[in-house]
Parts: sequence; structure tokens; C-alpha cells
Amino acid sequence: MWNYSEKVVDHFLHPRNVGEIPDPDGIGEVGSLACGDMLRLTFKLGPDGKIADARFKTFGCASAIASSSALTEIIKGMTLEEAAAVTNRDIAKYLGGLPEEKMHCSVMGREALEAAIAWSRGERTEPYRLEGEVVCKCYGVTQKEIERVCAENNLTTLEEVTHYTKAGGGCGLCHDRIREIISGSAQKEQKPAGGDELTNVQRIHMIEDLLEKRIRPALRQDGGDIELVEVDRNVVTVKLKGACATCPSSSITMRQFIEKELTKSVAGDIRVEEARH
Amino acid sequence: MKTVYVDNNATTAVDPAVVEAMLPFLKDLWGNPSSMHTFGGQVASHVELARERVASLLGAGTKEEIIFTSCGTESDNAAIRSALAANPARRKIVTTAVEHPAVLNLAKELSNHGVEVQLTGVDGKGRLDMDAFRKALDQNTAVASVMWANNETGVIFPIEEIASICEKANVPLHVDAVQAAGKIPIDLQSIPITYLAISGHKLGAPKGVGALYVRRGAGFTPLIMGGHQEAGRRGGTENVASIVGLGLACELAAGRIESERTDVAALRDRLESRILDTIPRSFVNGDPDNRLPNTTNISFESVEGEAILLMLNEFGICASSGSACTSGSLDPSHVMMAMGVPFTRAHGSIRFSLSRSNTAEEIDYILDKLPPIINRLRELSPVR
Repeated sequence: MWNYSEKVVDHFLHPRNVGEIPDPDGIGEVGSLACGDMLRLTFKLGPDGKIADARFKTFGCASAIASSSALTEIIKGMTLEEAAAVTNRDIAKYLGGLPEEKMHCSVMGREALEAAIAWSRGERTEPYRLEGEVVCKCYGVTQKEIERVCAENNLTTLEEVTHYTKAGGGCGLCHDRIREIISGSAQKEQKPAGGDELTNVQRIHMIEDLLEKRIRPALRQDGGDIELVEVDRNVVTVKLKGACATCPSSSITMRQFIEKELTKSVAGDIRVEEARH
Repeated sequence: MKTVYVDNNATTAVDPAVVEAMLPFLKDLWGNPSSMHTFGGQVASHVELARERVASLLGAGTKEEIIFTSCGTESDNAAIRSALAANPARRKIVTTAVEHPAVLNLAKELSNHGVEVQLTGVDGKGRLDMDAFRKALDQNTAVASVMWANNETGVIFPIEEIASICEKANVPLHVDAVQAAGKIPIDLQSIPITYLAISGHKLGAPKGVGALYVRRGAGFTPLIMGGHQEAGRRGGTENVASIVGLGLACELAAGRIESERTDVAALRDRLESRILDTIPRSFVNGDPDNRLPNTTNISFESVEGEAILLMLNEFGICASSGSACTSGSLDPSHVMMAMGVPFTRAHGSIRFSLSRSNTAEEIDYILDKLPPIINRLRELSPVR
């Protein structure tokens, strides 16, 4: 049984904004019956150019319905520019998180939104996911889509990509190609993001993300762990735990490994310090 | 909220009489049946009584043909691996596309180690392609593994005919009877089956116990090496309480098998026909003429199964689905796919598996709650 958050259950049992707006300003449809989920999003713009109403119709599981419901709630009142910046993470976050295997439901929401926005701007082309090289032929997922979802969600493994996009979930012939794309987008990510543009909150968020995805797994292999204590502009204070806490070479570990990772991915001027206790 | 349990192919309630019969072996008679002293040794006779009872339900010739295991999956693994080991010159398994993962994933694993695996398909009603099955058997086939009844659709394969085909082809037959045992009669003395697997928790015994029938004289290699338990065929101190429970559950099931065919089937038919009558675009998956008496698998077109299950769950109704979302995989159930059920229906397939504990009131309760759920989800759906 899936461990759905209360919010997911609420939006599944009591979905908001079900339906279809006649004569909409934006319409986006993604997914298919074969894939097991499908979403049609319609919205209407108000005189102020903001999304005045948004409606959905969804075929899919509980998290697909909840993600669609959440999406409509999120974008109401937004300008198209604001709506264009909504990511699948915003949808998942709004719902208090989704099981990893169900993250593709949030991605479907973002895709439908993007298609609807493109439609409203007159780019009435094929849906986003059909542009460019189709990597996963079973589920019709393109390279561009995989790259984007990898970047937005900091994905590093094939399994994650399948959970988020369904790519690779069918026959498995595309697994090597997906791994190539993952390593390609990881290289792009390694460019320093230009520390000055980041707010402290963004910085903390990125640092925590990086600790969780890259650094903790590595430390845990050696029986250690790490806790983020404070972020003061470019000074990041951490506390090493477990085997790392008593390891004489821990300061070397810090400088060489953690700092390198953080300067690479968050900001070039980051300095790591160990919490004194 | 009351619970209406119609998921008995997943697991069954432990019969209260079975619980009572097991308790002494958890409280006072906790000795080791292999011990020399009376305190332990007296337990062995209860294990042997259980063996007789299992043998009797299956119509086995002697109780020595029954080996106790930990589950149906272990029984399947032990049988198939034994057949391969018994005839090392043969490197092929013939099985079906709709087997339980206990067999299919083992076959897949063995295929990575040089064993040829041939899957026989089924038709739209889930009936085995008998010609293809017959042709698949050859002198390189170490074992054919065929389920007696399908867990998802309840479709019963013609095991008697299959066994005689295998006998003529000189290929040992393993039968996964996990769903069939206790629901339909099994008589191993009249059908030439070499191995047959059953599971305790599908017929009123607890989880964690199963049995494997191995016809006298058939090759057997232990899956679990260890002590001399089970005549050296399955190492590990016996799960005495559960084995005693399985024995009684088999005896009770033997006495109730007729009511499966009458009472349980009547409830199932009532549920099924009313659903088909009241809910448009609902379809039965599987051959209605050759099915377990307790099972119906119904697809609701253009609706997704997990959503149906969770809404049923809100009313305390416990069923299961062959939809992708419930399995954690992305494809609908392999059984639906093998039957060629279209995607529009496969994602919305729901299995109701009843038991003699279900009542007419419970069936009416489901019939009251289900149609609005399907309506609601169809209103939500962009698919017409």
C-alpha cells in the first residue's frame, strides 16, 4: 500500500477544480491510456492577464488525480510568466510529498501546464515531450524531457529517472542511453551557479539537497554521516557524525570532498567549517 | 467502519479453529520434534498428523510425498530446481505467460544461467494454448510448470489433460496449486502430476507455511540444505505450530469444498452479474466457464484501478487490482497483458475474491458503493 500524505488523500477524495473550461485560453493534454495516466488541463485568463480559472480532467491513480488538483490550485491567480516557472517539485511539495515511484504524476502536471501555456501563447505545436530524440519508446519520453527533469530534481540514477518520467520503465532497451543523459546533465550542473545571484534560502536549499543526494551516500559507505549546522553567506558549518566524527582525517575529508562538491554545484566561494562542540 | 474482505486470493483469515489448534504448540508443546526425549519427540506425531491431512486434501498416495516448506514460493522453487537437477542433460523449462512471479521470476533467473524458457500463451479468455504447449515439450524439457488456477482471474487450466500430455512426452509436470487447493477438488492419485505446490495462508492457515508434493520416485534435491528434517529434503527445524495449523486447515477445507462450488460461487455470481448490469462498460476478464468459484476479475473501462481500490477502501471494502499503479511497476499486470486485454481495460481491472465468510449483505454493500465510485472516476476522466 502506498504511503500517501494526508494532503494527497484529501486532493484525491475531494479534488478541486474538476472539469473543462469551454473556450479556454490554454489547453494542455499529456499522457495516454497505455501509460496508465492522462491529464487534460484547461485555463482561462482574467482581464489582468492572470489565470482566473483552471480545471482538470485526469485518468490515473490517486496521486495523478491529487497532482492535477494541486496544480490547478497552485496556478490560479498566477501570471503566465509565474505559471511557467512552476516545477514538478512545487506540485509534490504542495501535496506534502509523493512516494518516489509516483513522482512522475507531478511531472505530468508540469508537462500539461507547459503545454497549456505554449498553447495560450499561440505555439500550438505538439506537446513538449515529443520534441527531439525519443529516448524511451515504450513511454514516449524525449532526451529534452529527461534532461529537464534531471536538472529540476537533481536526479542521479536510472531508477530515479524512471520514477520521475517513466522513461526506462518498459522494455529496458534505453537504459544505457538514459545513463548517458544522466552523466551529461550532471556535467552541466557542475558549473558554479554564480553565488551572488542566490538568496541565502536558495543557498541552504541547494546545500541541503547536495548533502542528501551526493555527500551523505558517500559518507555513509564509510559508516559516517553529516549534519548541516549553519549557512552564513559563503561559510557553511557542518557537523560530522558516526565514523567520520572520530576519524583523524575528517578535516581532509571536509576540504577535499565536501567543499569541492559545494563549490562546484552551489557557489564558487563556499568555505566549509566543522562545528566546534 | 466495517471491513468487507473480498481479497481472499491475496490471503485468507486464519480459521479460528486453526488458531486454537496451533496455540498449544506455542505455549506448552514447544519442544523440538527431532528430540530424543518425550517432551520434544511427542510433537513429531502432530507434525505427521498434519502431513496426513495435507496428503488427504490433495489425494496423495502416501503422506511421505508431502514436504513442509515456508510458503508456496519456496515449494515452486524447490520443485523446478529439483526437476532440473534430476535431469541435468535437459536444459529447458516450459511454462505459461500467466504464472505467478514465484515461477516466472525463477524461470527468468534460470534463463540467465543457460536454461531455455518457453512461455506458452493464453487466449483472450485466459485459456492456455494447448497446441503450443504440446509442441513446446521436447526431449530437452526438464520440467513443465503450469498453475492449476490463476490468482488474478481464477481461470482454471485443464490440468488433467496437461498432465497426460506431459506424461506422454515424458516430461515431469510441476503444478502451482496455491490458488486451487481448498477451492476445487484435487486428486493426485488419478492425475500424473510430479510436483505440486500449496500455500497455507490461502486456505485458512497462517502465513509462513506451505507444502510441496513430490511424487514417490521423482527426483528431489533440497532447496535448503541442513539437518535431517523432512526426511532430509528440507533442512531447518519444523515450524510446528504452523504445520499443525496447515494440517487442520486442509482438513477443514476438504470438508467445505462443496460449499465453495455452491454457496461461494452463488455470492460471486450475484456480485458479478449485478456489476455487469448496473455499471456500463464493465467486462469480465477470464473464462467464465472455467473459473475458481470465488473469483471474479472485472475491468471498468477508462478508469484506473488504484483509484477504484482506494475509494473502495474508504468504505472498508478490500479488493485488489491488476493496474500498473498498484504494483509499483509501470505496466499493467502480466496476466492482463498476456490475455491481450486492451490498455483501456487492463489499467482498470479489479479482482474480487470471496470466501465462505462473505455474506449476501456484504455483496449488496459492495453493489451499493461501487457504481457511484466508477461514475465519479469517469467524470474525472478526460477519456470518453
